Amino acid sequence: MHVMANKPENPVNPHLRLDRMPSIWCPGCGIGTSVNCFTRAITQSKIDVQKLSIVSGIGCTGRVSGYLNFDSFHTTHGRPIPFATGLKLANPDLHVVVYSGEGDLIAIGGNHFIHAARRNVDILVVCVNNFVYGMTGGQVSPTSPEPASFTTAPYGQFEEPFNLPYLADSCGAVYVARWTTFHVRQLAKSMREAFGKKGFRFIEIIAPCPTLYQRRNKLGDGLDAMKYYKEKSVVKNDAETKSLTIDFQSEITVGTFVNRERPTFLEAMNTRFQKALGDKYTPYPLGPNHQPKSQPQAQPSA
Amino acid sequence: MHADPSGVLTGHHYLDGNHAACEGALAAGCRFAAGYPITPSTEIVERVAARFPLIGGTFIQMEDEIAASIAIQGAVWAGKKSMTVTSGPGFSLMMEHIGLAAMTETPCVFFNVQRGGPSTGLPTLPGQADMMQARWGSHGDYEIIALCPQSPQECFDLTVDAFNLAEQWRVPVLMMMDECVGHMTERVIIPRAEAIEVTERRWTKKQPGEYLPFEPGPDLVPEMAKAGDGYRLYVTGLTHDERGYPVMNWKAQEKLVRRLVDKIRLASDKIVRFEQEDTSDAEVVVVAYGITARVARRAAELARRTGIKVGILRLIVAWPFPEKQILELARKIQSFVVPELNYGQMVLEVERAAHGKTNVVCVPHGGGEVHDPEVIAEAIIGAAKKRS
Repeated sequence: MHVMANKPENPVNPHLRLDRMPSIWCPGCGIGTSVNCFTRAITQSKIDVQKLSIVSGIGCTGRVSGYLNFDSFHTTHGRPIPFATGLKLANPDLHVVVYSGEGDLIAIGGNHFIHAARRNVDILVVCVNNFVYGMTGGQVSPTSPEPASFTTAPYGQFEEPFNLPYLADSCGAVYVARWTTFHVRQLAKSMREAFGKKGFRFIEIIAPCPTLYQRRNKLGDGLDAMKYYKEKSVVKNDAETKSLTIDFQSEITVGTFVNRERPTFLEAMNTRFQKALGDKYTPYPLGPNHQPKSQPQAQPSA
Repeated sequence: MHADPSGVLTGHHYLDGNHAACEGALAAGCRFAAGYPITPSTEIVERVAARFPLIGGTFIQMEDEIAASIAIQGAVWAGKKSMTVTSGPGFSLMMEHIGLAAMTETPCVFFNVQRGGPSTGLPTLPGQADMMQARWGSHGDYEIIALCPQSPQECFDLTVDAFNLAEQWRVPVLMMMDECVGHMTERVIIPRAEAIEVTERRWTKKQPGEYLPFEPGPDLVPEMAKAGDGYRLYVTGLTHDERGYPVMNWKAQEKLVRRLVDKIRLASDKIVRFEQEDTSDAEVVVVAYGITARVARRAAELARRTGIKVGILRLIVAWPFPEKQILELARKIQSFVVPELNYGQMVLEVERAAHGKTNVVCVPHGGGEVHDPEVIAEAIIGAAKKRS
């Protein structure tokens, strides 16, 4: 893990808290790969990193904020989105990214997810979906497919798994994409694209958990997961989000599914208050992804 | 520094406690609020929702109290002064985030306009049964500051103090109101902005690189920085070192949690606040707070008619608790009488602080209305007889 010391500096190093390495993540885990894509996307984008805040909840992916060298907020289980909402609304100049796992964002934090998407709060939500609660030792999650086995579903999962892009789309997210950790270039590109948009943006990353999900379900190691992603992933941009459910070792549809414009929370707030209060209202600042004179009205999708 | 005049509604008003609390928050510089409707507290955020757009503040009605109680903490780290408002059931939902604010030393203010409990209880009627929850409700060891206004005027005044205390000590401060105080309407005088003292956040002057976000100052309180200023903050609810980095061992726990506790405990003489009436030669002292302090005053008058010397110690700050003053009085008097709208909460603190030096009488009430002053007066008379 420590071989980087004597090598030429990795261009993403300034974005990492190297004094916190090695990370807690297991060999073959996909979270580190996703973070690598994220830091590369940062490097390739024009984003002002001083204004970038990373907010995580609890869990393996919840540790991401603590390895990234931005303003890092490691909050409570399920609540990074409302924390990020407060952060963003109180200082719209910040780029706010929520980076957490599917258990954190969609199970315990599910209510916050749907409301932040509905409000179109100007945040990017990156969700690493590995189908399992890793930090606590392999419990069933809201995306766990039937009939995979988990410590709290020892006879196999039997609930319907959540289709996250469909959920995000239905709730009003303006950007919805899914990639696996095999698709590192596409993922980094998608992140760059999302940085440049305003509103509630959602990227789902399908990632392996060799230690808990794969071992228990006899699915091999990290490399086997990559082979599965390579063989069974199909790129279908603009696919109907309703069709994106992932079953046990099934085909995985990846791509950008939603890319549209909708007034953000602050744009809608300014519009309403200006109508209601006229000159008595000083428009609230909107932040970096808003054009200076952007019209808070629906535009045709890209 | 003085209050920002844009938030100060200077003048003489006729306001209920909830509206006065809102004005106190605005005067104190609060510019972010998140809430979720719950009786009997909702008027505070209703007024905030109407007032904030005119002074550059942001209010958001969140999807639940859990969200509200952490949205305010995001806003604090973005640089704003922030608050949330609730009552019993919502207060229960906020407990985890009181712990987060204590652990991350996030200055913020929680209002609890107390109603009868447990559970849904008596939504529209008063209670004071969340006093121990305020102190101990989140898991782990930590300290908070809690204030108990007895009138709409104090809802204004103590709200300003609550924001100032939050900034000074970097703790969550709890405004423990009750339905009576929240809904009673009285004269409220709001001073001119320059007469309102407001405590600024303890911003660090250190540069990124030399600043350690959780390095304690002489009073054990660290200086603060906000997101976006280049400090690369690391804020976590995990046990952490002075950099903010997680450290999972008993030594780090001892160092951090002891400081979080000590910064308030060792400063409690500076924070405790109470009012004494006729305690110097009292035989019996009534300890009360919030609306019950006003009922106790009537009860004391009734008891004095029988010749008993009755004093009142009114808690303004309930947590930290004025232990020393209670012990001093305990050595001199025959009995404490402690009426409260619960089945015995702050009375336990009175007993603890009195160290067995005097008799302590609990006058419980389940909530839903205030005590009958006669009942408290009888308790005072009974307490006086016991020793004489």
